[in-house]
Amino acid sequence: MSDNDRADELTGAQSLVRSLERVGADVVFGIPGGAILPAYDPLFDSDKVRHILVRHEQGAGHAAEGYAMVTGKVGVCMATSGPGATNLVTAIADAHMDSVPIVAITGQVASAAIGTDAFQEADIRGITMPITKHSYLITKPADIAPAIASAFHIAGTGRPGPVLVDIAKDALQAKTRFEWPRQLDLPGYRPVTRPHGKQVREAGRLIIESRRPVLYVGGGVVKAHAWSELKEFAELTGIPVITTLMARGVFPDSHPQNMGMPGMHGTVAAVGALQRSDLLIALGTRFDDRVTGKLSSFAPLAKVIHADIDPAEISKNRVADIPIVGDCKEVISQLISLFKRERRPVIDEWVSYLQDLKRRYPTGYDEPDDGSLSPQYVIKRIGEITGPDAYYAAGVGQHQMWAAHYLPWELPGRWLNSGGLGTMGYCVPAAMGAKVGVPDKIVWGIDGDGCFQMTNQELVTCALEGIPIKIAVINNQSLGMVRQWQTLFYQGRYSNTDLKTNRIPDFGKLAEAMGCVGLRAEEPADVDSVIEKANSINDVPVVVEFVVHKDAMVWPMVAAGTSNDDIKVARDMAPNWEQEDL
Amino acid sequence: MASSPSTHTLSVLVQNKPGVLARIAGLISRRGYNIESLAVGPTESPEMSRMTLQVNVEDVVLEQITKQLNKLIEVLKIVELEDSAVRRELVLVKVRATAETRSQLIEIIGLFGAKAVDLTAEIITVEATGSPAKLAALLDLLEPYGIRELVQSGLVALGRGNRSLTDRNQRSERLKAVGAG
Repeated sequence: MSDNDRADELTGAQSLVRSLERVGADVVFGIPGGAILPAYDPLFDSDKVRHILVRHEQGAGHAAEGYAMVTGKVGVCMATSGPGATNLVTAIADAHMDSVPIVAITGQVASAAIGTDAFQEADIRGITMPITKHSYLITKPADIAPAIASAFHIAGTGRPGPVLVDIAKDALQAKTRFEWPRQLDLPGYRPVTRPHGKQVREAGRLIIESRRPVLYVGGGVVKAHAWSELKEFAELTGIPVITTLMARGVFPDSHPQNMGMPGMHGTVAAVGALQRSDLLIALGTRFDDRVTGKLSSFAPLAKVIHADIDPAEISKNRVADIPIVGDCKEVISQLISLFKRERRPVIDEWVSYLQDLKRRYPTGYDEPDDGSLSPQYVIKRIGEITGPDAYYAAGVGQHQMWAAHYLPWELPGRWLNSGGLGTMGYCVPAAMGAKVGVPDKIVWGIDGDGCFQMTNQELVTCALEGIPIKIAVINNQSLGMVRQWQTLFYQGRYSNTDLKTNRIPDFGKLAEAMGCVGLRAEEPADVDSVIEKANSINDVPVVVEFVVHKDAMVWPMVAAGTSNDDIKVARDMAPNWEQEDL
Repeated sequence: MASSPSTHTLSVLVQNKPGVLARIAGLISRRGYNIESLAVGPTESPEMSRMTLQVNVEDVVLEQITKQLNKLIEVLKIVELEDSAVRRELVLVKVRATAETRSQLIEIIGLFGAKAVDLTAEIITVEATGSPAKLAALLDLLEPYGIRELVQSGLVALGRGNRSLTDRNQRSERLKAVGAG
């Protein structure tokens, strides 16, 4: 854009739309309403910004997340004041927990009415303060362009996260001179991306001395696009790798060094590797309680190298012996150059121990005796038939864990799920946002019957806007993960987990009513054909209901609050650790 | 690795923007940090405010507080003040004073370098500034006379010497503060 737009007299709303064009926001997911209405008028004319009219603001937020996850750009959602803004809260919190770069733009009541409990007034900046990386309340039209420029910069750099820009209606209506900031006024924001060389050398020293090292890899490595560096470093040193829920696919599952996912539903090899390790090389990961189990007994023998772009994550839950603040791509690159000169650690015994553990405790499942469908089989087949280059979103619960285990995690950045917040309802809108970001790729949503009923209305958006996603509803007629806990810890008292989804809703009719193709499979013999049918439909969204066995459980499992050492591979079945001496 | 809690004084330089105090107070409360005192006020520069935070925590928690505060976009710099720093609080206190006790009270006030700022037949209002320990000693002495009302400020503090929080290279200072450079 030319310099003469600096002199243009625009409304705040026009300035907002021009700012969005300037930052390269090509898609906005949103719904208009009273306070944001002025912004929608110039948006109508923009040929650079595509607005996708969603059916619920939460959907706009998750779609912005999905779009951001697959494109690496900042996702944008827009809503009006009050209820529009509060409906975004869940998605903003989700983005905050999983470090997803989004900018949420909300209308606010006119500045004179702020604080008067005006119609559709909510202090959304105050409400979202704990769940945003930063937030703005704009009451002057001249502040809009600098706020948008800063918001996108903050959301997308350092540790990514959500930024809220709340704009008073009169600021959108008033005239201003559009002036794109030449530089950002953010004196207190200087993310450290280059690691300190001394820290990296110290880390190298610990790695050389270690005998049982593990690369404990998290979502930060995905966000840093550091998968090729990770692979190079892992192969250079031979160190076993575990990938957290947020990092599935960043290192190929088929790679012999990959021990799988750690945590509450992690593999025995990954959990065992952590518990017996003498050195954790933690990269872009945050020692979440779902990974560590009871913190005091987590990886009790290990020293810790912890690299993260967010210094506050280091030593938050587990004290790091070697803290490294920096972008994982840079950290791993420096480690690679170090180890091109240094000797490798002596770890042959450790590697063969873990390979043996992996071989003896593969993650598996039993087929139901009654010939009904097993959810794990369904998810596995979707992955096998569709392949590793597709994108997969999941809801939250059992199906999410099975997706994390059984889909073909060979390529980075293909996996979208709500890891930190655990937001049921994430799947459909996130898949929608992903498909908008990568329109030429297949996007499958693996959803549960509970999750699907929270946000399925975005399939209407998909049908109308030409976003042909595929949703597998893994219908076990219950809130499966909660039911699993009731089975294990509440003596099978199934209080309010029976969704009766075997009767209502009729998912096929629901799909058709929303402009989608509805398919259904009840027998193992139907599975492949419905998946193939779904994959062959590329003009409308498809919903495939898989009626599955309701008693299937997610294994392995470390019960909440217990030690990783107490992992069970199936009910009442634990690995025999006594025989596992090194 | 565990250390016992001890008192630390943090000086936090922030941008003077609406909502900064809410951000800091909200952060401290939602992460469950216990603060003993918080004082906010303007600085020599109109764009900046300075907060003095007093916390009684273990070293690891102090490190977390510092790092979390540093993540706030509007926080410019955080420094833990040394033991030698000048620490002051202000107290205003109404003490019962009869004709018999008034001269004793005025003597105590004088010894502490405090001032009588208001006087009625029954009450002396005392203004005193000093270190928390000095004010505590003063209040101990005034207590037997009967304290009617008391208001106390949060602690404000300044490091000794030529250096200023605002004139150092901010980046290296921040890195030092988070202890992860």
